[in-house]
Amino acid sequence: MSVHVRIPTPLRKFTGGQESVEASGSTIGAVLADLDKKHPGLRERICDADGSVRRFVNVYVNGDDIRFLSNLTSPVKDGDEVSIVPAIAGGY
Amino acid sequence: MSDLDARPSRRTVVSLVGNTPMVEIRGWKAELGPGVRIFAKLEGFNPAGSVKDRAAWNMIRRGIESGALKQGKTILDSTSGNTGIALAMLGAALGYPVKLVMPENVSLERKRIIRAYGAEIVFSSGLEGSDGALLLCREIHQSNRDLYFKPDQYFNEANPEAHFLTTGPEIWQQTTGRITHFVASIGTSGTIMGAGRYLKTCAPSIQIVAVEPEDAFHGIEGLKHMASSIVPGIYKENELDRKIGVSTEAAYDMVHSLARIEGLLVGQSSGAAMLGALAVGRSLDSAHIVVLFPDFGDRYLSTNLWIGME
Repeated sequence: MSVHVRIPTPLRKFTGGQESVEASGSTIGAVLADLDKKHPGLRERICDADGSVRRFVNVYVNGDDIRFLSNLTSPVKDGDEVSIVPAIAGGY
Repeated sequence: MSDLDARPSRRTVVSLVGNTPMVEIRGWKAELGPGVRIFAKLEGFNPAGSVKDRAAWNMIRRGIESGALKQGKTILDSTSGNTGIALAMLGAALGYPVKLVMPENVSLERKRIIRAYGAEIVFSSGLEGSDGALLLCREIHQSNRDLYFKPDQYFNEANPEAHFLTTGPEIWQQTTGRITHFVASIGTSGTIMGAGRYLKTCAPSIQIVAVEPEDAFHGIEGLKHMASSIVPGIYKENELDRKIGVSTEAAYDMVHSLARIEGLLVGQSSGAAMLGALAVGRSLDSAHIVVLFPDFGDRYLSTNLWIGME
């Protein structure tokens, strides 16, 4: 499956400045692994040492939070939109 | 500016801004030098619930005094939270409409609190963070400058001035001049710039220590990783004695610890600041450290800060 992944501003240094990139995989976990192959260093900013998504990071598939799906085993289909969003707005 | 001396029936909510309490943090004594004491200034006691009440009130006050803010104008700024809440409260209390630009991924509590005060919200992209909100706010302002008063918290010297006039003097008085270190987390940097400047006029030896996220990609609401952000115009790094970077996960864990060990339910920026205070305290035999806790934790209960806790 090929999905579109939207990248938050602080992580665009790993994607050459691109705000959206393509990745393959049938689950979110596979998509993150593919992202890391194409853009080394990206996954370790998103996931912690045991591989789970860090507490302050939200990952959405077509607007649905994967924490309400099945986390890293959440399935994705061709053309799905995956968004990686820090849980805060960064502001004051 | 203050009508605190007036009879209670004549005071308004605005007169409750500032004069916040300070408590000693005792739960980490075993890790600190024998003569090290840490005191937390609890800004959650401000009327709209955060340290931002001070800056918001001073920026509005200066706007009224200069004539830039007149009746009929709308107060406009970009803010993903506490400043917006403060402006919304003050706009309601003083009779000015308020319009706020913030990223769409701010917490539910913030959206509801701001709307409860009657303010209007314009949402910017959650992917673009607070810098995205700042840029959109500039566009809105440019589109009709006469309609708006923009406090512009990142560039308005009335922001740190609020802390020079109030936060700093309170800290000096509350510690009877014994303070050796002032620790605060940085967002706009107004608190540490203003209070730090005041404290240095009292005693140049007082160390001003800023705490920020250690990385641009973080989850500490309210704070800025300066090296990767649009740097606030009011931020003068050479006035700081030290800057400490902290991880989001450690800040979250500290929030949980402060609630359970001290009975203080605070926000994430307070967790971050406390990590900085401990880093300072661990390296000294004796110190009188004041750490500022910008708000309480109620407005974060729906956020990722509490993931994993039922």
